[in-house]
Amino acid sequence: MTPPAAGSPAPSRSFASILLAPVKLVMGIIDVPLRALQKATGISGMAIFFLAPNMLIFGIFVLLPLAINFVYSMTGGTAFFLADRTFIGLDQYDRLFECSNYLDPMSCQEDAFWTAVGNTGWFVVLQVTLMILVALGTALILNRKLRARSFWRAVFFFPVLLSPVVVGLIWKWILQRQGLLNFALFEMGIEPHNWLTDRTWAFVAAVGVSIWAHMGFYALILLAGLQAIPKDLYEAAEMDGTKASRVFWRITLPLLAPNLLVVVVLALIKAVQVFDEVYVLTGGGPGTSTMFLTQYIYETGFASQLRNPGLAAAASILMGLVLVVLTLLQLGIGRKTEPKGGKK
Amino acid sequence: MQTKSIIAGLALALLTSTAASAGDVRVMWYSDGVEGEVMKDLVDRFMKENPGINVILDNVAYSVIKEQLPVQLEAGNGPDVARVTAIKDLAKHWLDLRPLVKDPAYWDENFGDKADWMRPDGSDQISGFMTQLTLTGGFANKTLFEQAGVEMPGPEATWEEWAAASKQVADSQQVPFAMAIDRSGHRITAPMLSYGVNYIGEDGKPAPLDQGAKDFLTQFVNWTEEGVFAKDVWVSAAGNTYRAAAEDFINGQLAFYYSGSWQVANLTTKIGNNFDWVATGSPCGPAACTGMPGGAALVAVKYTKNPEEVATFMDWMAREEIVREFSERTLFLPAHKGVVEKGGLNFQTDNEQAKAALGTFVEASKATSETALKLPAWRWADTVYAAIVTRVGQTLAGELSLEDTFARIDADIAQKVKDAGL
Repeated sequence: MTPPAAGSPAPSRSFASILLAPVKLVMGIIDVPLRALQKATGISGMAIFFLAPNMLIFGIFVLLPLAINFVYSMTGGTAFFLADRTFIGLDQYDRLFECSNYLDPMSCQEDAFWTAVGNTGWFVVLQVTLMILVALGTALILNRKLRARSFWRAVFFFPVLLSPVVVGLIWKWILQRQGLLNFALFEMGIEPHNWLTDRTWAFVAAVGVSIWAHMGFYALILLAGLQAIPKDLYEAAEMDGTKASRVFWRITLPLLAPNLLVVVVLALIKAVQVFDEVYVLTGGGPGTSTMFLTQYIYETGFASQLRNPGLAAAASILMGLVLVVLTLLQLGIGRKTEPKGGKK
Repeated sequence: MQTKSIIAGLALALLTSTAASAGDVRVMWYSDGVEGEVMKDLVDRFMKENPGINVILDNVAYSVIKEQLPVQLEAGNGPDVARVTAIKDLAKHWLDLRPLVKDPAYWDENFGDKADWMRPDGSDQISGFMTQLTLTGGFANKTLFEQAGVEMPGPEATWEEWAAASKQVADSQQVPFAMAIDRSGHRITAPMLSYGVNYIGEDGKPAPLDQGAKDFLTQFVNWTEEGVFAKDVWVSAAGNTYRAAAEDFINGQLAFYYSGSWQVANLTTKIGNNFDWVATGSPCGPAACTGMPGGAALVAVKYTKNPEEVATFMDWMAREEIVREFSERTLFLPAHKGVVEKGGLNFQTDNEQAKAALGTFVEASKATSETALKLPAWRWADTVYAAIVTRVGQTLAGELSLEDTFARIDADIAQKVKDAGL
């Protein structure tokens, strides 16, 4: 082995040290007060010190609005400034819950709220179930040795990158009365249909478009899970001549379960919050058949004539509670599925 | 106390850092047709004549004016000047220009008859002026009628006669719908008025739906179910979202379209020579043959930091020659008394159909009912419109029976009055 020419590494070291000099200087300056602080407060104090900026931002932009929203939900009137609003306690919640039959929104005082709750419930059940199945199927196919596999992965992920407004508009142009789908049907001699003004089809379109827009993200998570399954398990199953379906149920699915659970909870949270692409696609219509909870809150608080911020705040608090439950579920699952490291 | 002062100071600094600079006048503007371009041209000329004032023209969608501007105003923000249609509903946010304009008597003389439309009840405030007066009315596709060999109903024709004739045309020419009316409470109020509706109760607050309202709404729902009226427009959204049916008319998919005078420029530009069309005025009902008056106003916002500059700008825009030019170039009906009285407006279009249509609307304005004239200045008009659009939309989508619709409209309006604390 030829030794490096004398003096040759020296220039690069000196170049690096020149580059690092300002960093070292800054670090040195910071180090002095930080050491003093650590000495005074201990390690736990330092943790608080480093977390404080983030907690401050979180507090101002998340916790404070949440608290203000809660206060709003206990006020009445149409004024926006809290100071101009009247404290009415839980009246807004009473109004939302005033109902002779919760399964019949028309029997409720705020029929639009319960219609939105019902629509959101159906949407969550259908969209999450179908999306998980499609995402799983897509991930299983993309995990195989396909020609142009990277291209196909990009194709399925591409809709995730689109703005929800773009997604809504694209599908509106396809599904509207004089849209691409009806044009294609007409060309094939099939009677066109008014998809977006038919209550059932509009709901199906909302579910379908939402699946198309978000499926790629969940497929990607599942694909990562599939690739983490040890190959030797499949090789052993193949040597034993195990059927493909048995391999799926006994190897793939159990080992993919942690990823699937995370995907289910994330998809549930996202589905409860559905708004933008469906709002652009159908505007909540026909009638109120695709009006979901977030649209109800938006319309009540901001868009409708004589806005009612208190009622909108109360509805958003209720929706927030559902999301908190789902988030806790996700955290619980996350803890359960974490690898137990560090104990040997 | 000191901490509170510091926080208040910081908040104020943050807010003012995004506000307009001294001398700036920010105008929030929407367009139905070509008026955005005309306005830009006028603004450029104003700035040349008044180099110390910088006018920033924000062209926005109508939905921004309808949905976002009210929220901004409630929060004490917003532009310095805005072009709006909900002028009465938001009257508490408008700046009183009376002490600021050069000659308040000029404003009273020329815009005084519509001043109540845009100021709080009982006040003598000068809030702004109507950039145009509008009147709802119908448009018929003359070519389709001729091709179908169906005679177009005359000026005194009823809604029933127009529905029957338009259906004949649609069936003959295989267009999807015979008639359409914009998804708007203002628009549908016109035929309801012709059926004898009166929204205003004796106490000035909304009255429960009367027989006139129920009669027309029942007829409208039946016609829509029979395929006479386009269902798409009314079921294509939830709530009181506005939807126009102009595109269907422009694309030759409708025999009759009920909208208003502001569509003339739009139809002229977009239809071109594709087919012949005419303005028909408003069909008659048992009580009247009225359209609904309305319009858009240019108003000053009271949260402006530059009221003097705003007043200078408003004075300039309200000048007789400027109003005349704006109307002639945009094909809008002027609201300036002097311009109207002097007449001789030279609408800048070579399109004979557009000229004839404007003439029809001017003629139709003479048949506007007394009740219709009261509504633009009535505080609860938008509340009633919103409830009607929301519930009729649900009915047409098959969610409500007519009886439930009427009950829900009354309940919604009563709840809104209660929410407003009045």
